[in-house]
Amino acid sequence: MDVLVCVKRVPAVGSEILLTADATAIDTRHLGFTIGPHEECAVEEAVRIAERTGGSAGVLTVGPPEADEQLRYAMSMGADHAVRVDDPVADPDPETTAAAITAALRGLPPDVVLFGEASADAGHAQVGFRVACALRRPVVGGVKGIGLDGDRVTLRCDAPDGVEVHEAPLPAVAAVLEGLNLPRYPTIKGRLRAKKATVRVIAPDLSTGRLRTLRLRHRPEARAETVVLGRGAAAAPAVVDVLADLGMVR
Amino acid sequence: MVLTVIERNGDGTPTAESAEVLAAARDLAEQLGVPVAAVAVGDAGDLPDDLAKRGVAQLHLLQHALLADGSPSCTGEALSQLVAAQRPAAVLAPGTDRSTEAMAWAAAELGVPLATACTEIRPGIRPGEPWEVTRERSGGILLEDAVLDAPIRLATVRPGAPVPSETAAAHEVTVHVLVPDLDASVPRARLVDRRPRAAGMTLTTAPVVVAGGRGVGGADGDAVLEELAGLVGGAVGCSRVATNNGWRPHADQVGLTGTRISPDLYVACGISGATQHWVGCMNARSILAVNTDPEAPMVTRATWAVIGDVHEVLPAVIAELRRRSGR
Ligand SMILES: Cc1cc2nc3c(=O)[nH]c(=O)nc-3n(C[C@H](O)[C@H](O)[C@H](O)COP(=O)(O)OP(=O)(O)OC[C@H]3O[C@@H](n4cnc5c(N)ncnc54)[C@H](O)[C@@H]3O)c2cc1C
Repeated sequence: MDVLVCVKRVPAVGSEILLTADATAIDTRHLGFTIGPHEECAVEEAVRIAERTGGSAGVLTVGPPEADEQLRYAMSMGADHAVRVDDPVADPDPETTAAAITAALRGLPPDVVLFGEASADAGHAQVGFRVACALRRPVVGGVKGIGLDGDRVTLRCDAPDGVEVHEAPLPAVAAVLEGLNLPRYPTIKGRLRAKKATVRVIAPDLSTGRLRTLRLRHRPEARAETVVLGRGAAAAPAVVDVLADLGMVR
Repeated sequence: MVLTVIERNGDGTPTAESAEVLAAARDLAEQLGVPVAAVAVGDAGDLPDDLAKRGVAQLHLLQHALLADGSPSCTGEALSQLVAAQRPAAVLAPGTDRSTEAMAWAAAELGVPLATACTEIRPGIRPGEPWEVTRERSGGILLEDAVLDAPIRLATVRPGAPVPSETAAAHEVTVHVLVPDLDASVPRARLVDRRPRAAGMTLTTAPVVVAGGRGVGGADGDAVLEELAGLVGGAVGCSRVATNNGWRPHADQVGLTGTRISPDLYVACGISGATQHWVGCMNARSILAVNTDPEAPMVTRATWAVIGDVHEVLPAVIAELRRRSGR
């Protein structure tokens, strides 16, 4: 079975986010980059499915040449091939991303295409559904379990009031959540292999979408001074006083 | 018109998130000088009476056997057919997973952009001028002002928007039924099983969440978290470091890719307060941080803090709690 995972290069921000001078993006000069946890789980799942069924696990991104770093990370986890849809824009709008992926997939139709539920930076939460619609494939979002059964796939999700299981004919699309599995750490051997692997680059004509970022802003935060209740075990009575005030001592 | 997507509770009434969207839609429709319409799946039931009080003038009911299990492709397809026929100025939907998925499908079908997780929608001053939205990025740690330039503006509204208490002057709601054309060409997954969640306290319903991160250091420390949570009637949560190390199941993870919670009290033990964790707990009413580092972001943003080792502080707190409650 052939599985393809779509990933996005995002800045790995810490506890403070700096913006560029024009505030249109995160200042990434002192930051590393990563793929989101949802996507990491998607890569892990694809590799497991490929191992189990003797198929392939591909990885695809839309982005500039620097995004090869994230494709190589996925290959170091065990993905066996990588495609980058060249786009000089680091954070394209979701219509453009979906169009780019759709164009790329018309040439290499996998049985299952996996997305993360939402990218870790922009979080538009729609690219997988747009691609599924354009390719006329069934799609399920919020997936936390994948089972294969001949020419069908079963997809388990958490619904607001319980657990739902969906069944879709192949080929199918799924948007997955962290918790689907516990992703492996790349091995040294995997890293070396990924370093030498080639990334296939394609460059379809892309028009820009009609949702354009004007500026990013920090959310207004009401910052009150922290009350330090004490140090070490000696603070216990003060902590319990707080719990009692909140009505939590029974 | 401004078309509002209504999600319904089991009894057919609009969900809390839908009520929030209706309020936002009314506000927007007033600015545009157009009526508010609503779209829901299924029979009318008491919905027209309910919506009349919320300022809705028209209710469109989508009716088709394939819409019964909430498939986002079928709902999105049906919605796109209604939108193509009615050509509303805007379509607003709750920012829930289910509605976001259906809106994404509809947006793709209609060939228009979709702005998700919006906190504000500002129409252009003159007709035809692009609109602006403010939306949440990275789970709400950043806000984004964006241009939404389309003839029909699709947006989902971030849950939690304020709902005005006063109701609109009740008036007649006209009801229109649309049986969408959903043949076999609409690809869809079938719902084959639905299991209710086991009853009990969850991270999202617990009044207090006691969470551990790297500083708790695994299983031994976790037993102390469980004990404290039990004593104060709360649930146990954790950071991604804890889930990645296999110390706790992912269902306990608080944060961007875990659960967003808003308890009365969040007790963050040995958790630094990275942005991706912070977005999960920033809506807590109050935060108590236990950390060896007085400069940790979780400490400087907390309501209360204890500077110290969780392995000393928590057992002392538990002993004091037991002493005072005589247990
Ligand atoms: C795209 C993306 C999504 C993410 N999503 C999430 C998410 O949903 N949830 C999440 O939690 N993280 C998430 N992360 C990870 C996040 O960036 C942090 O790495 C993580 O939250 C750190 O966990 P931590 O606070 O337990 O560990 P650390 O950052 O290592 O902090 C440990 C803290 O414990 C303190 N400490 C150490 N020893 C003790 C002791 N004995 N007693 C008291 N205090 C002690 C230290 O001073 C420090 O403050 C995400 C990251 C990315 C890139």
